[in-house]
Amino acid sequence: MTVAGRPPHDSSAEHGDRHGREVEPHTGDPVPDPGLGEHEYRPTDVDSAAEKRAERQIATLFGLSALLTLAFCVAYFAIGRNDTFAGTNASNLVLGTTLGLALLFIGIGAIQWAKTLMDDHEIVEMRHGSGSSEQDKAEALASFEQGAAESGFGRRTLIRNSLLTSLGVLGLPAVVLLADLGPLPGNAPRQTVWANGVRVVVDVSGEPLRLEDIEVGQLVNAQPAVFYETDEAGEPRYEGTELLNAKAKAAVVLVRMLPDDLVNPESAAKGVDGVLCFSKICPHLGCPISLWEQQTRNLLCPCHQSTFDLSDGGQVVFGPAKRAVPQLEIGLDEEGYLIAMGDFTVPIGPSFPEMYQD
Amino acid sequence: MRSLSTHRRHPLAGVLVLLIGLLLVGGVYAAFAPRSAQAESLADDEALVEAGRKLFLVGCASCHGSNAQGLLQTRGGQFGPSLIGVGAAAVDFQVGTGRMPLAQNSPQAPDKPVIYDADEIEALAAYVASLAPGPAIPGPEYYDTSGLSEEEIVEGGEFFRTNCTACHNSVGIGGALGGGRYAPSLEGVEGKYFAEAMLTGPQSMPVFSDDVITPEDKRNIVAYVEEIQSAPANGGLSLGGVGPVAEGLVGWLVGIGGLVLAALWITKAAMRVRKQ
Amino acid sequence: MTTHTDSTSGTTGSTALGAKAGTTTGKKPSYGPLAGPTQWLDDRVGLAGLAKKQMRKVFPDHWSFMLGEIALYSFVILLLSGVFLTFWYDPSMTEVEYGGSYGPLRGLEMSRAYATSLELSFDVRGGLLMRQIHHWAAALFLAAMLVHMLRVFFTGAYRKPRETNWLVGLGLLQLGIIEGFAGYSLPDDLLSGTGLRIAEGLMRSIPVVGTYISFFVFGGEFPGGDFIPRLYIVHVLLIPGILLALITLHMVLLVYNKHTQWPGPGRTNNNVVGYPLLPVYMAKAGGFFFVVFGVTALMGALFQINPIWNFGPYNPAEVTAGSQPDWYMGWLDGALRMMPPWEFTILSWTFSMNVFIPGILLMGLLFGVLGAYPFVEQWVTGDKREHHLLERPRNAPTRTAFGAAGITAYGLLWISGGNDIIATSFGLDFYWITRSLRVLIFVGPVLVFVLTKRICIGLQRKDSETVLHGYESGVIVRSPDGGYSERHVPVTPEEAWRLTAHERPTVAALPPATDGNSVKAPQAGLERARARLAQFWLGDDHEKPTAGELDEAHHHAAGHDEDPAELETERDYQGTNELGVPRRH
Repeated sequence: MTVAGRPPHDSSAEHGDRHGREVEPHTGDPVPDPGLGEHEYRPTDVDSAAEKRAERQIATLFGLSALLTLAFCVAYFAIGRNDTFAGTNASNLVLGTTLGLALLFIGIGAIQWAKTLMDDHEIVEMRHGSGSSEQDKAEALASFEQGAAESGFGRRTLIRNSLLTSLGVLGLPAVVLLADLGPLPGNAPRQTVWANGVRVVVDVSGEPLRLEDIEVGQLVNAQPAVFYETDEAGEPRYEGTELLNAKAKAAVVLVRMLPDDLVNPESAAKGVDGVLCFSKICPHLGCPISLWEQQTRNLLCPCHQSTFDLSDGGQVVFGPAKRAVPQLEIGLDEEGYLIAMGDFTVPIGPSFPEMYQD
Repeated sequence: MRSLSTHRRHPLAGVLVLLIGLLLVGGVYAAFAPRSAQAESLADDEALVEAGRKLFLVGCASCHGSNAQGLLQTRGGQFGPSLIGVGAAAVDFQVGTGRMPLAQNSPQAPDKPVIYDADEIEALAAYVASLAPGPAIPGPEYYDTSGLSEEEIVEGGEFFRTNCTACHNSVGIGGALGGGRYAPSLEGVEGKYFAEAMLTGPQSMPVFSDDVITPEDKRNIVAYVEEIQSAPANGGLSLGGVGPVAEGLVGWLVGIGGLVLAALWITKAAMRVRKQ
Repeated sequence: MTTHTDSTSGTTGSTALGAKAGTTTGKKPSYGPLAGPTQWLDDRVGLAGLAKKQMRKVFPDHWSFMLGEIALYSFVILLLSGVFLTFWYDPSMTEVEYGGSYGPLRGLEMSRAYATSLELSFDVRGGLLMRQIHHWAAALFLAAMLVHMLRVFFTGAYRKPRETNWLVGLGLLQLGIIEGFAGYSLPDDLLSGTGLRIAEGLMRSIPVVGTYISFFVFGGEFPGGDFIPRLYIVHVLLIPGILLALITLHMVLLVYNKHTQWPGPGRTNNNVVGYPLLPVYMAKAGGFFFVVFGVTALMGALFQINPIWNFGPYNPAEVTAGSQPDWYMGWLDGALRMMPPWEFTILSWTFSMNVFIPGILLMGLLFGVLGAYPFVEQWVTGDKREHHLLERPRNAPTRTAFGAAGITAYGLLWISGGNDIIATSFGLDFYWITRSLRVLIFVGPVLVFVLTKRICIGLQRKDSETVLHGYESGVIVRSPDGGYSERHVPVTPEEAWRLTAHERPTVAALPPATDGNSVKAPQAGLERARARLAQFWLGDDHEKPTAGELDEAHHHAAGHDEDPAELETERDYQGTNELGVPRRH
């Protein structure tokens, strides 16, 4: 067989196995290679009617594709944005179907062309060894050695060392330049907007809460009242990114349980008459926990199924969370509305390395 | 004008003034007081209560006790909880969605075909309501969503995402709770039952009282859920609303599966003839 | 037998373009209108040398070789659809009031990122289609890479000289996962925002420096206003650039090393048998591109994916039941779910291993193990030769068993990631699902390893038996002296070749710990450990029959039949007659 390029170079035959084991040739162990075999023809090779039929099929596919593409363009303008069809958006359905089928038919046509009409004699191409030839390696090495010698890099150690040093430290600015990516954490992870006297209000509506509003077995998704307050200019005190950042630590839930069911006196004391306030932010990875199972008094996080017993101070009963869900001490103000008695005493949200340092 | 002043000292003038005052105060009170008229009317109907008690003894007392006081299992867990104070709303919800009577002991009472007809449910509700005050069957202001503005629906969505989606999912297909329990799907559920569930907190579901989530808020939540459930799935088949898990399944089965089939076809040996 | 060798690759001094290179006046080009521009270009960059070698390059034909193509074409589709999306999407966390056409969210405060994503979905014609095509293409991109990686693994195509390409591929997979996560987090919807919240928690769990990393990446506290814009540049510029470079390297290595092929008639370790690039593979592979694009577009039309309008804008106080990441991160989420609460404090530093191990370490572990595998296998088996022929999975039982065990572990993590959906779909308690998985994740892969290895060896035995004795024909023959035997149909030479074209597993003997003078050889311990590992790796593999055994079997068969049938080629097989003797023409 004639080949292009270099003659076949089987490095395995040359070097054998580094461990000296025999490389057994495939032929004859235990059967010889029967070879490629006689080429067999397809109906389209021998029958001109079959060939023409295949040609027509392929051309039809391409033609249909073109029509579908045009249909796409018409549908784009003809179908309204809000039209529906078969329970879905008509524009999306029609545009996607026409485009998809148009592309598909081009593909199927091209593949059919290759399968039925293009020459399908199998061709053998010889491989070349992956490594370079000995001669090339020798020449490359010689060139490099000459060049290296001329540069004096190896000889002139002072230049070499100082160059390497200067290049090496050049990596530092890349790191240093990133220092203003963000502020230092400081005390931020430990502080929320909760403070003594901040009212606990219903999330979304912003209405303050009295004790009698909350029934046993109730769950209230709540926020600090400051999120619903406006400043002197009438602008909300918290909005945009600032609001989200603060909400990500301040969101709470209020639950009411029968005093008999509260097994943790310390935790019960932080509430008012069976109404307890816990952080809504899971101490595992920060998802909001508001699946409250009224009967088991468990608070469940939907993300990784950490389960906290709110009648026992929010202790973990299952799941990957380690710490109890933080509790906010609440009380009543002069008008009888629920207020926080201070900020949370532990950091809110996922654990971080400096958590217990202070 | 003269007739008024001449009749000012009429002996019945005082009585008239009192009557007007009473009517005024009573009317204002009736206009602003929270509606619990239906419960009063239900419990007031003694025949209805008696009919409900008879039904109760037959179908409910075996688990809930002959006086609805609840039955304890020998091990201390409840066989059927006490129904004293749960209110007509709870009965209407549980029996009206088929959850009660419970077919078998399981972590959750699933909704299933309703056993009792509407009159019987009304009777049962009246009986339980007569035992002690509790949430009444909510009126249409809780769930009549006709004529709501877009703003109200949008606000309903805000309430829904804050209070409900954690258990019931963004499109209301439900979700898992611990111990084999689950938050059921909200699909095809009547608006009235939404309100009743929020008021009574069935099984694992917490209570959402009217003072926290007002009747208007509840109605807006119902409107939002109805809106998104009736809306077309814009992008095609909604894959059950399950999210990335279902999408991954479809991507693998339809996408990779289909393309592997295509690859098999592409590389399949063409038909051969025997050259004569 | 006849073979057809490509003749054009052997000729030099081609006059294909009808004009000599370098001349300004030439004969009229004889290949049509393209010849002129091609000549113009060739005068300047000299393409012919490269073109002549590559145009008729031979590629072998097998469906499993097209899996990597799915990934490649999906990447192209991602680039095209992604560019479209960038014309409308605004990666800004500036808050705006939504005024678009989706009613249930109108009037709400939301970020520009979410608002423009809604705009694409409802107000830009074809926008939702492009969003969905982009997302489905991403899912296919990663699934195809995974399946392609498995194919390469199970067929041993990562062996020398392709170890580098294996590492490049792993890099592509890892970057792809991050890229996909970044992409679906850009719309700033509730579901992906929850994922970002979790990512921030993962960053915090990095020992000692976690808080600083989290603050630097997010520009402050979570969610902040910097993250989405930064993620955008990572998603549209940084990672696609690296992906493009790695894909190019992947293709260049493929072209240089040439594609591997299955053993078969006429195929050796030193050749490639198949069809030429021009025209066959241009048509087949080019056609496949259109098929992939078409399927993706149809999926974009028919299957809804990531309906962000249902989730609402991201709000740290909201969450939806059934919060999962996209499927390619499901294994990480599953690991997070099944982890026990391991968190401890040493010298007032907190180490959240319950988050760090599944969230960060596991990713590194997986790619570390996968990346090291070719080198470990090479070291253990001592096989440093070039391999261009693939191995059937059954002929490398230990490798296949490791692969199956790995798939099992991955699958169990997947299941854990969807444990709440599985719980509701099948009425199970996800507490028990998680508890069971905590045990299964260790027990399962070991069981599967043992099972798979034995199955492979069993299949090897079956192959040997087939080669030696042929196929069972189902025809029972009674000999004159009363004995029963089943007539077997001998295999064709092609089939026999295919069944025995793999190498014999050879395990060297354990090197001695000391030499003749009781002196401990340097590195003897390592060598002995390696030899023991090699014994475990290859020792149980079933050996294919030798030529002697084959002869014996043929004689044995001849003793049974009066008419031992021999078939010339596979094509001659036309079934057997009632006595189990193959028919001839």
